[in-house]
Parts: sequence; C-alpha cells; structure tokens
Amino acid sequence: MKRDDVLGRVLGPGAPELSCEQCFEELDRYVELELAGEAADERVPGMRAHLEGCPACAEDFRSLRDLVAAERD
Amino acid sequence: MTPPTPTPADSAARDWVEQLRAGGAREQAAVEELHALLLKAARFEVARRGAELPHLRGGDHEDLAQQAADDALLAVLRKLDDFRGESRFTTWAYKFALLEAAVKVRRRAWQGREVPLADEAWAALADSGAGAGQGAEDAELFAALREEIECGLTPRQREVLVAVALNGVPIDVLAERLGSTRGALYKNLHDARRRLREALASRGFPIGGGEEER
Repeated sequence: MKRDDVLGRVLGPGAPELSCEQCFEELDRYVELELAGEAADERVPGMRAHLEGCPACAEDFRSLRDLVAAERD
Repeated sequence: MTPPTPTPADSAARDWVEQLRAGGAREQAAVEELHALLLKAARFEVARRGAELPHLRGGDHEDLAQQAADDALLAVLRKLDDFRGESRFTTWAYKFALLEAAVKVRRRAWQGREVPLADEAWAALADSGAGAGQGAEDAELFAALREEIECGLTPRQREVLVAVALNGVPIDVLAERLGSTRGALYKNLHDARRRLREALASRGFPIGGGEEER
C-alpha cells in the first residue's frame, strides 16, 4: 500500500461524520440528491466524510447510485 | 400557505405504502412485486461482486441473490413505518436488498479464511514508511504510528483498526466473527482513529484534519 493510502485508512477522514446507521438512513436521499445534481454534501452533512472512512458503506453507496442511475438511463 | 403539489414520485411512494398495507389480494400482489424489485437489486449486487466469489457457480450466485431478496423483503416490511418519502420508494427499498446481498457476498468470500494477524499489518506499515521516498520523516511517522497503535489504543480498538484499516478485512466479516455489528465496530474504529490523530499531533506530526464534534 502507498503511504497516503495507509495513512488515509488508518487515520480516517478526520472530519465530523455520520455513523453507519445514520448513513444507511440517509443513503437513498443522498443518492437521489447527487443524481439530480443537487448539493448532496450540503444537504446531508457528515455523509461524505463517512463514505471516505467506511469502505463497506462506500460500496453500498456506489451500488445504490449505479443501480438507480442505470434505471434512469 | 398552500401545500406543495405532490410529484409523481410522491404519489407512487404513497401507492406502494398503501398497497403494502391493503390486506388480501392487493397486498399479496404488492408484496410479490416488491420481492421482484428486491431480487433485481440483489442480482445486480451479486453480479457486480462476482469476482470476489470465483469458486462459486452461477446457481450459487442465484441462491445468494434469492436469500438476500427474501431477507430484504422482511426488512422493508418491518421498516415500512420509517419510510419518510424523502426519496422514491424503490430507491429506499433497493438499499435493503443491496446491503443484504453485499453482506452475504463478503461473508461467503471470507468463509473458512482466517482474519490476518497483526504481524502482517506491521509489515504493510513498514513497507509504506520505507517505500515512501521521503526519508527519515516518514520512517519516524510510521514508527510513531505503530507505537501508538500498540500502546495507545484499547485492545478492541486495536483489533478493529488492524483488521479493517490495515489488513482489509471487511467490517461485516469481522462483525460476524466477533458477534458484533458494523455500526458498533465502526464506532471502535472511529474512536481509534481519533485517538491516533490526537497522539500524533501531540508528538508534533502534522497530519491535518481533526474533528470537534460528531
């Protein structure tokens, strides 16, 4: 692993972030805001930092975003 | 004040919730339609993660998707009162199927595998420090980091940090092995990271970030 990858994974985002439960609660709204081109990070504060810090929630986010986006194409 | 005009998405969401509570044949039909949607999402997730399961055949993938859709259906029906209408109903429901499928695939992929030991993590840390090409400063930073991980964390924080952040063990797999949950282990990881940041900062390493609230 590269230096910055290791530091990122070990030290995390270093910003206020949602918990995994809060992330799951907000995930559908966040995905729709992002796909609509709205300010998802402003409307759901703490989500971006959590997705940077939690690999499992980040994968869940990418899956939901890609599934919903594919349906709208 | 005039209430906002309902959008088609609002109406569709209300229709779903109403039909899933209608009783009788209407409810049964809605449940079957919902299961089909959840199965589509679960298949999407299993197919996306197929590379993690090279030893499984196509039929096993379908079994995983079916199990995920069944479990997601129960979760959606149990949580129906929590649906706030802030997204399309289908987007809200899909997340349950994707989560169930992802967790099942991660756990299947790690079935029978040992969680790596701390020694392997120290090797990765040492490589990162030595290979960074930034000389003594990085070597000092990584040595301090290892010291703080070994001495500055609780045993639980160290176990979760080493497994998830250094050895790449999926948090859902670790949660199953430890009889815990993703949320509880992430809290351990979050607390460990905060403690390490504070410790490194107090030793004079400029690491950036930092948080004052949660």
